[in-house]
Order: sequence, then C-alpha cells, then structure tokens
Amino acid sequence: MLTLENVGVRYGGVDALRDVSLVVERGRVLGLIGPNGAGKTTLVNATTGLAPLASGSVRLDDLRIDGLPAHRIARAGVARTYQNIRLFGALDVHANLAAGAFARPQRLHDDEIRSLLERAGIANVDPAAQASSLAYGDQRRLEIARALAAAPSVLMLDEPAAGMNPSETVRLVDTFRAIAASGIAVLLIEHDMTLVRAACDAVVVLNFGEVIARGTPSDVARDPVVVEAYLGTGAEALA
Amino acid sequence: MNALADFYARHSQLIDQIGINAVLALSLSVSLQAGQLALAQAAFMGIAAYVSAILTLNYHWPTAATILVAVIAAAVVGAALAYPVRRLRGVFLAIATIGFGEIVRVIANNLGVTGGAEGMSGLPQDANTLAIYASLAVVALVLFLLSRTKFALAVALVREDEHAARGVGVDVGTVRTLSLALGGAIAGLAGALYAHSSAFITPNDFGFERMEQILVWCVIGGVTSPVGAVLGAAGLSVLPELIRFLADYREITNGIILLLVIVFVPGGLASLWRRGPVRVRV
Repeated sequence: MLTLENVGVRYGGVDALRDVSLVVERGRVLGLIGPNGAGKTTLVNATTGLAPLASGSVRLDDLRIDGLPAHRIARAGVARTYQNIRLFGALDVHANLAAGAFARPQRLHDDEIRSLLERAGIANVDPAAQASSLAYGDQRRLEIARALAAAPSVLMLDEPAAGMNPSETVRLVDTFRAIAASGIAVLLIEHDMTLVRAACDAVVVLNFGEVIARGTPSDVARDPVVVEAYLGTGAEALA
Repeated sequence: MNALADFYARHSQLIDQIGINAVLALSLSVSLQAGQLALAQAAFMGIAAYVSAILTLNYHWPTAATILVAVIAAAVVGAALAYPVRRLRGVFLAIATIGFGEIVRVIANNLGVTGGAEGMSGLPQDANTLAIYASLAVVALVLFLLSRTKFALAVALVREDEHAARGVGVDVGTVRTLSLALGGAIAGLAGALYAHSSAFITPNDFGFERMEQILVWCVIGGVTSPVGAVLGAAGLSVLPELIRFLADYREITNGIILLLVIVFVPGGLASLWRRGPVRVRV
C-alpha cells in the first residue's frame, strides 16, 4: 500500500503540490485526474524520488520512502511509466524487460518474458525487436511490461493511453484491471474519462496542486467543483 | 620463420605501440559505453606512468609491483574524479576532464619528483611485446566477462537514458564512478606499460594531443564497441607507417579520415558488422 500524507512540492516560490494525501491500495486502481498543470506528474515524480518533498511523507507499506534516492525507491517496489515514453530505444525488447527486472536478484527467463508481454497485451511482439522500432501503442505497452518486470507492489502509470486510438484505449482497461487483480496497487493518471471510469475503483482530483475531490468515478464526474475545474462549463463531457 | 623474426625485428616498436594503444582505446571505450564523454585517459595514463617510474627509479620496486600500484592509483584517481564531475554531462564533462588532464600535465611539468619538463629516463624496458599483448588479453577478458554481468546492463541503461535507468533501480552515480575507475585502471595499465616500454617519459607524452588521438581511435572504431575501438587504435597506429610519403601531412590525413568516417560511417567501423538493436543478456 502506498500512502502519501500532506505531501508538498515547491518549485522556486510556486507550490506544485500542497497538502496532498492519498492511499493506493493493493488490488485496486486509483485514478488521478486534473487539468494540465494540476500537479499529477509532479506527484509521481515526488513519489519516485525525482522531485524533492517540501513537506509531508510517502510510505510504502511501513517503509518511509520519501528522501530516498530514486533507484532505492524503485528497488523498494515502486515502478512507473512516463508521460513521454522513456524506453531504452536502442536496446531490444528483451533487454528492456531485463532492465525492468534490474533490481531483482534472479535472471529473467524466456517464459517470464513471454508472460510479461502477454500481461501488457503485446504477446505478439518479438523479444528480439528493437524497442524504438515498435508501433507507438506497443511501445506504451512495452513500458508497462518493463514496469511489471520489476515485480512491483505499486505501479504508477502516467497517461498510458496518450496517443492511443479508442480501440487501443478500451483494451487497456482489461490490462489495468488484470494488473490490479494480481495484487499490485495501481495509480493511473489519465485524461480519458472513459478509461478512468472503466478502470478505476476510485478517483482523486487535483487542481493547482491541491486535492479538490475524491470518490468513485461516477461521484467525481458529477461533482460540480470538478466539472468547473476540469472542463470549465463543459460538464457533459464528464457525465 | 626467419621472415617473421625479421619482420618483428623491424617493427617491434610499432607492434608494441599498437598493443598499448589498443589498451588505451579500450579504456576510453569503457567510459563512452556508459555515455560519459570523459576525456581524462591521457591523464590517467600519465599518473600511472609516473607512479610506476617513481617506484622503479626512486624506490627500486620490481616492475610488476610498480605496474600494479600504478593501475590502482589510476583507478582511485578515476573514482575520485567522478565526484566533482557527477553533475556534468556531454561537452561540459568533456571540458572538465580535459581541464583535469591539463592540471595533471602542468603538475608533472613542475614537480621535482617527476623530473619536471625533462621527464624521467632510464626506466628498464621490461614491458616487452609478450607483456603488452598479455595485458591486452587480460583487459579484453575482463571486459568480456563484465559484459555478461548486470554491470554491463546498467552501463547500457545509463548510456541510453539516465532518468529511466534510475526508475528501474540503477544507481547511476555508482555506475558512472565505477566506469571512470575502470577506465582509469585500464588507461593506467597502458601508461605503466608505456613507461616500461619506451624507458623515457615526459609530461607532454600525456597531454591533450594524446587524449585527442585516443578519442579519434574510438570514434573511428565505434564509440560503444570495444572491438571497434581496438581496430581504430590499431588502424591509426599502423597508418602513418603505410603513408610515410604523407608524413608532413599526418595530422591533416588523420583529420580527413575522421571526417570521412563521421560523414559516411557515423557509427564507426563497428557499425559495418553490428546491425540491429543492442542485445544485453544477463
């Protein structure tokens, strides 16, 4: 279980995050939504050690992980994907998955490679293919497979559907639900409300670095504060 | 057999030089494979050469022991250098490490124990062809064995994307430090061999010109390929002998070759046989 308590992040004189608290439980998918610049990626960066906390704490089960260097947080069991794909492009698919399993003591076997690709929904991808040569959607899914290779207890997905077409996005729902069902706590940052509603058990809404709402996807979608902050007057888009 | 002996007698110096240059090229290749344009190999080489020379001439240590201590000294300096340059990347790292090389050269130029600008002479020429190529083989073997470890994967990940490497649990700082230390150790080995091969060293043997040569070997061979680096070093070491009629234009010739490689084979010679994605199996 990942627990953020009163987390604050400051860039210069600007509060990128202020008093953000949330819990991501094992076996569940928590959605994190909000307008551009709300602080969603900053929250992931703060959790994974890439942005220093100005206040608050981050715990992975009983282990306090804020203040640890990024590689130690990863080794503790927090895996992530990136808003802009950050595969090891010159390496082949196999090596990318081995990279994901870097912190694990045992070698990644071929059957695990196949299993990881299958879990990410790209069972048809050749492990010997160069990562950067894959289709865009497959690269997104390979990044998920790489994160899963770490056998994480928490998986943070930063806009995994960005750039995907609607049919690819729909298929992601099953992928995320299956990942959560395997006992992983999943935090999903996403703009696509169709995906959020289908995949998430609960949603936290950020705006200007603060939590403005939380609840089930349908409750949040009806919250007038969220509608105003997220979409201005276009309330029907969340409905 | 006589022809071979005759060939060796005529070219033994060049053959030894090729071996030492190949070791040097491997030392820079280690840093380049970790994505670090750290250009301090000539300095590491010089430090080790002087350590070995001082221990030999002033303290009368056996040559093998001086080489061992020299290699350790160069490795320690490499590891220590990693700290002040830990936040530098690309051209900034290159400039800082070139600056470090100049500091080493100037210090050697002004210290009494190093013989100042006149350098040190009278070293026993114990680094014969067999010792040099045995050293090259040991370095190649160590690098081959390392290529089968997680360290090789970490090096490749740091080269590709430091940010993402951290995200999968790679301690980037340690990888950078170890690669500089390893590169320093290998360059140090080359330096100690050089000192005990040429019998005479001066600070200018380890200046920017030497560093530039090493970089050119690696660029021509392929910056992430140890085999390419060795071929680049061997090729450019032999080339001046093959084109003696252009001796007056040696630097220009080297420059033209470098440009041709960059333009037509940007991945270096290694890219001629190495196609497709990088495969790391650990």
